[in-house]
Amino acid sequence: MSTYTKQQVKNLTEGKLDWDTTTRMLSMPKDNERFSIYLEVLQAKVPWKDKIVLPLGPHLYIVQSAKTKQWLTKCDCGHEFGDYRENWKLNAAIYVRDNPETMRDVYPTLMAPDTDWQVYREYYCPECGVMLDVEAPTPWYPVIHDFEPDIEAFYTEWVNLPVPERAD
Amino acid sequence: MKTNASTSKKTKAAEEPVGGLLGNGLTLKQYRDAIQDRTKTTGFYNGLERLDLRESDPIRYEKLFSKLRGGLVHSRETAKKIAASPIVEQEGELCFTLYNAAGDCVLTSTGIIIHVGTMGAAIKYMIENDWESNPGINPGDMFTNNDCSIGNVHPCDIATIVPIFIQGKLVGWVGGVTHVIDTGSITPGSMSTGQVQRFGDGFMITCRKTGVNDKPLRDWLHESQRAVRTPKYWILDEKTRIAGCHMIRALVEEVVAEEGLEAYEKFAFEVIEEGRRGLLSRLKAMTIPGKYRKAAFVDVPYAHSDVQTPNAFAKIDTIMHQPVEIDIRKDGSWRLDFEGSSRWGWHSYNAHQVAFTSGIWVMMTQTLVPTQRINDGAYYGTEFRLPKGTWMNPDDRRTGHAYAWHFLVSGWSAMWRALSHSYFSRGYLEEVNSGNANTSNWLQGGGINQDGEIHAVNSFEASACGTGAGAIKDGLNHAAAIWNPEGDMGDIEIWEMAEPLVYLGRSAKCNSGGYGKYRGGTGFETLRMVWNAQDWTMFFMGNGYMNSDWGMMGGYPSATGYRFEAHNTGLKERITYGDTLPLGADLNPADADYENHINVRAKVKRDKQCMTTEDCYENYDLYLNYLRGGPGFGDPLEREPEAIARDLNNNLLLPEYARKVHGAVIEQDDKGVWSVDVKKTIVNRAEQRKARLARALPTREWMKKERDRILIGRAITAVKQMYATSFALSPKFLGEFKTFWNLPEDWTLNEDDLDIPTYGSKYREDLSKLPDVHTVVLVEE
Repeated sequence: MSTYTKQQVKNLTEGKLDWDTTTRMLSMPKDNERFSIYLEVLQAKVPWKDKIVLPLGPHLYIVQSAKTKQWLTKCDCGHEFGDYRENWKLNAAIYVRDNPETMRDVYPTLMAPDTDWQVYREYYCPECGVMLDVEAPTPWYPVIHDFEPDIEAFYTEWVNLPVPERAD
Repeated sequence: MKTNASTSKKTKAAEEPVGGLLGNGLTLKQYRDAIQDRTKTTGFYNGLERLDLRESDPIRYEKLFSKLRGGLVHSRETAKKIAASPIVEQEGELCFTLYNAAGDCVLTSTGIIIHVGTMGAAIKYMIENDWESNPGINPGDMFTNNDCSIGNVHPCDIATIVPIFIQGKLVGWVGGVTHVIDTGSITPGSMSTGQVQRFGDGFMITCRKTGVNDKPLRDWLHESQRAVRTPKYWILDEKTRIAGCHMIRALVEEVVAEEGLEAYEKFAFEVIEEGRRGLLSRLKAMTIPGKYRKAAFVDVPYAHSDVQTPNAFAKIDTIMHQPVEIDIRKDGSWRLDFEGSSRWGWHSYNAHQVAFTSGIWVMMTQTLVPTQRINDGAYYGTEFRLPKGTWMNPDDRRTGHAYAWHFLVSGWSAMWRALSHSYFSRGYLEEVNSGNANTSNWLQGGGINQDGEIHAVNSFEASACGTGAGAIKDGLNHAAAIWNPEGDMGDIEIWEMAEPLVYLGRSAKCNSGGYGKYRGGTGFETLRMVWNAQDWTMFFMGNGYMNSDWGMMGGYPSATGYRFEAHNTGLKERITYGDTLPLGADLNPADADYENHINVRAKVKRDKQCMTTEDCYENYDLYLNYLRGGPGFGDPLEREPEAIARDLNNNLLLPEYARKVHGAVIEQDDKGVWSVDVKKTIVNRAEQRKARLARALPTREWMKKERDRILIGRAITAVKQMYATSFALSPKFLGEFKTFWNLPEDWTLNEDDLDIPTYGSKYREDLSKLPDVHTVVLVEE
């Protein structure tokens, strides 16, 4: 099994890892300690003190609040979306491309979906405006709660790390 | 070649009492049932709590693996040279798989490995339906199958299955499959449109004995070759399959001679249990336990006048819906539940449960289990729930399947995103893939070709679509297809030999990759001119009104498809007089530049109707084959300026979208080279983020408006029909829908209220209802 340095994992998160190391990462058995190094790297990048429990996206994290020890979903800009068990999208800002004019801002005529059949639902952070997700369902589709991780099992049984304290 | 048919002088009569094939007194069914029982009871494949051979003599075990796996790959590479069809010879649309006597896959070659399960399902069908006593299973036999109601993906995948006898005992099977160029269906091309039932899908063969003593039967040869439009390709494909199967059978004989039958048989079971354990350990090593929910859709626009069906009840627009809930448990086991999926339909895009479950491994080998040990172990390590009546597990024996991939590739895009979500969260960013392109368009058709022969074509350029973006890099441009990990677009020269269609261009498709911090790989496009054909037809098949992929974590889906065809082009005269010609890319379809280089009176179809049926083409008519791009990853406002400039300068991105989507401030020098002003771009992007918030609503406010639209029924009928079929099959999905939108208790949506034909909504008959038919059920239904 290969192991990787914190700098290499940092480079990976920035899309700047050399290709030789990247292919080694792809072809060799996975390094179980990656998760803890990854957390360290990401923790050093965010401007707040809350502890990252699980990354959810390039800007989105489940964190342990430094003040309350509650687990929250949080944007790297500092915006909090509420309890980590809730669907963060329900507390986001949404813009729906549901007509040809707004679709044309994204793709040339004929290369975008017909909005009678399919719409684009863009979820932004209400504070910094970063686009966190794009759903592309038919009209009427419920907002998808797409990930409910079993964090306790993951920490204790899969990566052998202590579970951060959680206040409910 | 030494074969066990030639060495075994005895040919068992069909009437011989059953139970002798295995040399242990058990019938094949009893043998398989016992394996299933031991697997169910113990949780280990065939009860193999310990892998004796692997643990006691690992080197010998690995030698057996290497020899068999190497032989399978070698046989595929050798046999494919026999084929004349570019689909097989160029694109590698073939696969050879070794099974144990119970029909469980031991190992497979490279290629279209979806057939690990499909040929196994055919063997299991023969076992469950007592082929042992009638028509009999003897050394030197060959069975042919392409029946989609017992597990095949689509009828053009023809499988030859050969039993392997050693020392007079059945020790396994080998199956070989090729994707043939024509199946004699309603229209030419291997994956035709227009038919809406099995009965129009083409020549359908159900595990038929088609050869004895290693020779194809003459009645089979005569019947099969006249059942299709392209007999030359057909027979060479069959020779390819037979040669590969016989090579592998000889290999097994050789391995048994060296290692002994006992060791071989131990290996043939232990390697499956090893595959099962391998999947579980990979899940633990790469993912995060929990529940993942995703959804996928794709369009079936059949109401359009360019789609001709034999049946009025099929002339409706419908949508495939596939939600998935993936539950990864803390013990590393997992369950894939597709509850809520829409019903099968009157078209040719339905899929059998085995096509769905086996096909998933084609995808998984490119992400979760990138190993050479592909076998049924992964199947035994997975709990599948495919509700009966859905498009991936039809409950009616009439369903059409000619292009099941239209739904399969669309549905699997959801699973890419779910798995990639876990890779991202765990820090394995190198594994993240936003999804797969909708692997289309399919240029198909036929008529009289440039050699004056009846011909059919299916351009497999779709083997090289754009791949999904990763979390650290762009997707690959015009590189791959989900259904064949070794896809290749094929050489122009070979396609021009196979098809009476001259290339006027082959270019990367601008703006086809989904935008993102990392964009999806672009697709490509080829402009074809009909040349030297007679009575020629073609049609389109792909997604147009909808995307089937979504993008990830702020990335956009790829572009949808569109159609361009032109008739009465005047190109013959333009070539004669040296006028400009439509060459190269259709850079921006909104500009319609091809039309500037053809007859002003030309009849052009430039629209989003990407499903059509066989239409007439004259020489010098044009057809644009646009192969789709892959979805993007991450917020496109974060794409690096150098990458934007590179895309602009390579005609992969139109300037308008560098500005609008990427927020780039760009300029072009007097030599036409684009560059991005980094400082101004930073400022502009900050403005664009503000503009996003200015136009957005809090999600819960938007939900109130959307709820109102539901209550007044504001949606097209296709959308309503999709929901109605999902609701009818899944009260759970209906309940969740109503709860989410806080709809009144009595709210519902029924097909009967939609004022469209509802054939199939109430009256259905499953294959299992036929007399003397025992279907093989391999999933929870």
